Amino acid sequence: MGQTLYQKLKKLHEVRQFDDGSSLILIDRIMLHERTGSVALSNMLSENRNIAAPKTVFSTIDHIVDTKPGRPDISRMPGGMVFIDEMHRVSKAFGIRLYGADDDRQGIVHVIAPEQGIALPGITIVCPDSHTCTLGAMGALAWGIGSTDCEHALATRTLRIPQFKQMRIRLTGKKPKWLTSKDVVINLISRFGADFATGFVIEFAGSVVEEMEIEERLTLCNMGVEFAAFTAIIAPDHKTIEYARGRPFAPKGEDALIAEAHWASLVSDINASFDVDLEVDVSEIAPMITWGTSPEHAISVDEVLPDQRSDLADVFKYVGLRPHEPIRGQRIDGAFIGSCTNSRLSDLRRAASILKGRKVKSEIRAICAPGSKEVKISAEAEGLDKIFLEAGFEWHEAGCAFCFYAGGETFSPGSRVISSTNRNFEGRQGPGVCTHIASPETVAWSAVNGQISDVREAYE
Amino acid sequence: MKPFTNHIGVALPLLADNLNTDVIIPSREMKRVSKVGLANGLFANIRYSDGNRKPDPEFLLNHPNYHTASILILGRNAGCGSSREHAVWALADYGFRVVLAESFASIFYNNCVANGVLPITLDRSSIEAIADWVRIDPTSHHLSANLEKCTLETVDNSFEFVITPLARRMLLNGLAPIDLTLEDKVLIDCFIAEDMRERQWLYSVSD
Ligand code: SF4
Repeated sequence: MGQTLYQKLKKLHEVRQFDDGSSLILIDRIMLHERTGSVALSNMLSENRNIAAPKTVFSTIDHIVDTKPGRPDISRMPGGMVFIDEMHRVSKAFGIRLYGADDDRQGIVHVIAPEQGIALPGITIVCPDSHTCTLGAMGALAWGIGSTDCEHALATRTLRIPQFKQMRIRLTGKKPKWLTSKDVVINLISRFGADFATGFVIEFAGSVVEEMEIEERLTLCNMGVEFAAFTAIIAPDHKTIEYARGRPFAPKGEDALIAEAHWASLVSDINASFDVDLEVDVSEIAPMITWGTSPEHAISVDEVLPDQRSDLADVFKYVGLRPHEPIRGQRIDGAFIGSCTNSRLSDLRRAASILKGRKVKSEIRAICAPGSKEVKISAEAEGLDKIFLEAGFEWHEAGCAFCFYAGGETFSPGSRVISSTNRNFEGRQGPGVCTHIASPETVAWSAVNGQISDVREAYE
Repeated sequence: MKPFTNHIGVALPLLADNLNTDVIIPSREMKRVSKVGLANGLFANIRYSDGNRKPDPEFLLNHPNYHTASILILGRNAGCGSSREHAVWALADYGFRVVLAESFASIFYNNCVANGVLPITLDRSSIEAIADWVRIDPTSHHLSANLEKCTLETVDNSFEFVITPLARRMLLNGLAPIDLTLEDKVLIDCFIAEDMRERQWLYSVSD
């Protein structure tokens, strides 16, 4: 019997197995951010615990730091400075790297990890943040953890994980040119349900995944957690290897040759078996948008909302929409392009190609927050900032920005916002704010039209 | 950590599906870098009806019958969303010791176990039957969770649940996971020494 990619990654890191089938796994890299990392580190400090390998820990400030143009190093959340100050203090005390608000390597933790070569194929990487599964797109075993597990990983360089079932989702068929990996993953979640992958590691595979660039794959894996998966992974291929090559923390010289040869072997064997093996034809998928308060409440932009059901009553009430109403044409008040799902250079380029020469409807507040300083600098070098600004978008500093609300400034209560983020929970972007998640292209095109719109029109 | 053997208490039958950690504790309620003092922020968005923290009578926990609830009943995909352990800290701080659900998000499940809160998974029809029974008279219809026997009991019914042996052992003994693992320190060090030879490319970059 062959091995799956997941089994290979696990085997490479398995320090020991326990009688109950769980395993102690070596953790190669740990990422932290100020919101939860500060909690884990200060707790360790007060309990007098050591970090086993400080050089393998990388931290940044992304969640509650202000992203207003030319920001000072302050929090946009009232009382939030506690976390930023504490992060600086404890990082220093432990001697770990911290990319603060004024560092050129700063950005959303899941964006800078591949960008800096911290997340590499074949490694294990964890972070006290649920979207760490994003990094599975690099061929890494990456997952989100809580604070206690984070302290455990910091203190012991290991984590204990139970046995997971394995699911492969092969994406096949001819991908229409406007179809994004965001549409695909929203479609999967709405088709199968937000808890479909509970207890599973998902491997995304198939011709459509092979065709995807790394940044599109990062978007795909990012939403693995919205599918309830332990994590998502994609086998590294020549694109992954080229993407990683030469990045600051990627191996160099002779080491790079050895590493790259090793990475190329990290694929599921042909005769490997999965507990669930699905094939999904993407050729029929239309641009997707969420209408409710769970990522599973999603439809094609040209569909109508579902029937009334008892469990949806509160959802309809919150979003202010009725059963059987079309989603297309719903007026919007805000538009946001950013977040660890869709804030990389290719996302901004695609959104800019739609905004170029066009204007956002004047009553809409539209914001773009690049995922990292490096993305921002690159985008500005090719003039994307001007396209966004001329179209009427605000051009922000790097960070999580309006992806989630922690207090402070946001969209006004009751507003309808179209957003390239990953969660449409009640109040996620602010009290009473109704979030519709979609691809950056759909966000841009809807902002131009002042209403939820079918991005296919933009390509006609 | 407080060991968990058994617990009898008032159950709060919310039964919601996809109840996420932002609902359990909104981000703005996580004002400090510590684990305690979070009970006030528990369910803040749905528990209070205005900025003055006036209890919203619509929310079940505010009903006198449920004030002392210590067993939370949810639907599927409980604790999905953000990894914030504050969700479990807030529950524990309020006094919750058991969460019963149809299925759990994996980070939340681990966080429960790490903090002495027992996560119990049962099928939908059992959960609904239990909730219906609780609603008849929440103040006297207490649930009893027994981790030694792995049962959840009403007065006239007993439901067996499955929990991983590791989670069970940690809860029963109130084990701090770090100390448990550090017992294997020699093993870990040997593994790393070997790994450094195998994957020198990884160790050479960050040091
Ligand atoms: S961008 Fe949003 S989802 Fe991603 S890490 Fe930041 S807050 Fe979380």
